[in-house]
Amino acid sequence: MQKSLHIDPAKCTGCLQCESACSLVNEGTVNPAKSRIKVFSFHDEGRFVPYTCTQCDEAWCMQACPVDAIVLNPVNGSKDVLSDVCVGCKVCTIACPFGTINYNTSTGKVVKCDLCGGDPECVSACPTQAITYVDANATGLDKMRAWAMKTDNAGA
Amino acid sequence: MHYVIIGAGPAGVNAAEHLRKYNSLAQITMLVAEDVPPYSRMALPYFLVGNVKAEGTYLRKNEGHFEGLNITLKHGRASAVDPVSKAITLLGGEVINYDKLLVASGATATRPPIPGIDLKNIFNCWSLADSHKIVESTQPGSKVILMGAGFIGCIILEALAARGVDLTVIEMENRMVSRMTNEVMGTMIKDWCVNKGIKVLTSTKVSRIDDDGDSPLTVSTEDGQKLPADVVICATGVRSNTAFLEGSGIEVDMGIVVDDFMQSSVADVFAAGDVAQGRDLSTGDYYVQAIQPTAVEHGKLAANNMVFGKRTPHPGNLNMNVLDTVGLISTSFGMWMGVDGGEEAEMSDIGNFKYLNLQFKDDVLVGASSLGMTQHVGVMRGLIQTGAHLGDWKAKLMAEPNRISEAYLASAQAQHVATAPV
Repeated sequence: MQKSLHIDPAKCTGCLQCESACSLVNEGTVNPAKSRIKVFSFHDEGRFVPYTCTQCDEAWCMQACPVDAIVLNPVNGSKDVLSDVCVGCKVCTIACPFGTINYNTSTGKVVKCDLCGGDPECVSACPTQAITYVDANATGLDKMRAWAMKTDNAGA
Repeated sequence: MHYVIIGAGPAGVNAAEHLRKYNSLAQITMLVAEDVPPYSRMALPYFLVGNVKAEGTYLRKNEGHFEGLNITLKHGRASAVDPVSKAITLLGGEVINYDKLLVASGATATRPPIPGIDLKNIFNCWSLADSHKIVESTQPGSKVILMGAGFIGCIILEALAARGVDLTVIEMENRMVSRMTNEVMGTMIKDWCVNKGIKVLTSTKVSRIDDDGDSPLTVSTEDGQKLPADVVICATGVRSNTAFLEGSGIEVDMGIVVDDFMQSSVADVFAAGDVAQGRDLSTGDYYVQAIQPTAVEHGKLAANNMVFGKRTPHPGNLNMNVLDTVGLISTSFGMWMGVDGGEEAEMSDIGNFKYLNLQFKDDVLVGASSLGMTQHVGVMRGLIQTGAHLGDWKAKLMAEPNRISEAYLASAQAQHVATAPV
């Protein structure tokens, strides 16, 4: 059964432990600037919103990649960057209308959430269950994907 | 059913794959003009700099990818199309018949008509073959003059600078990448290059090139300078490849004129990518965007309409670019230059080479450009493409443009943010 990240901003306290865990595991350093999940703060409303790739079906990044460096992970449904194939052209970073694939200036490659291969560290790190990893049908993922389709030029 | 595609760039390859997805039985033939597997021009600068081998530029990496999809790659160039007999003639005389044709023949780099432009050691930088020639002809310290600081010129700049050449750029506009930057941003990119040891001459152009025998080439500019050059690279512009369509009755303007279904003026002939003059999302006008994401989307859309008939109209593609000029990253989206009756928000940190410019029409983002930003730049596309109403966030962005990601979450993804999904 396919699982996906379920983010419930109402439960987020803004502790940023997801960012620390993500950067530590994926980049080998506790550096929120290198995290693939980002917590946005809406200070005037006292609200925090963790935000990362929804692994959308359309996969704008994957479609736009000129060198086939982004591939579908058949197990997780995640779209994974093959770092050794990525040339660093950054076309995916403007093609993704969610802004969830980003260029890492120190490696010269792009990075995005790959669900940590099926055991997302942000989920383990979150103390309030604001981020959970659950059956994809229960997450409202379809709703987000429906929104994603609004940016689709090609239909199908 | 025989689908024939002229061209094997991103538009052609994506079209071929989608034709197969929509029709498992049809015969699909893709004409490959260059004597190499389908590759990406986007990746050439990274080949030039030595980050990837030639294979690293190939559009598809899996061995037997096209064979596996039963897509026939045929090396050859089209020399004529006859829509009446539904036949393509190749250079060399071979004739291929089609039921439906996609022209995805791309574009070619041009050279300005100046004396000496065809001398030796003057190259374009457009094909894998051009890249090989530039690699072979330049060593650290070689004097290289780059004509044109447009998008392609700037991308090559990175690769040339990394090769350690002595580099001078000559650009006729008053700033760099004038097609994606305003004066502030284009000037910042120029200053960045100068700081990196690249000589940049703006507001002038090359008037002639002379070969004085054993010594290097002499490049003369309109403002009277004479510069020695071992190699001249010409990046002054590209032109859609349409010459072979002459006499076919297929209407050509700047590129092949297409309707909202990517069909040309002639039945059963479609066009996609850099050769197609497709609809622009922002203006509704028909325009050759010549960018990778548009080529991909054109290819998919053309395939859809070729198989299912005209059922999916084209809302238009958002014009956008991302550019790395010797490590300084810039983006532009949609109406980055602004619209009549619109409003502009600007954040500028010239010393740190950071810049952000947002263009609004009422409370909708219609264009944006950025410099020195690498995180979440795609939200600018998201906001422009969906036409999301920013509401209260418009005023916040006018004051603090760098809150664009929050504005995106609060408006375009409001359903995700405001309510906990069930």
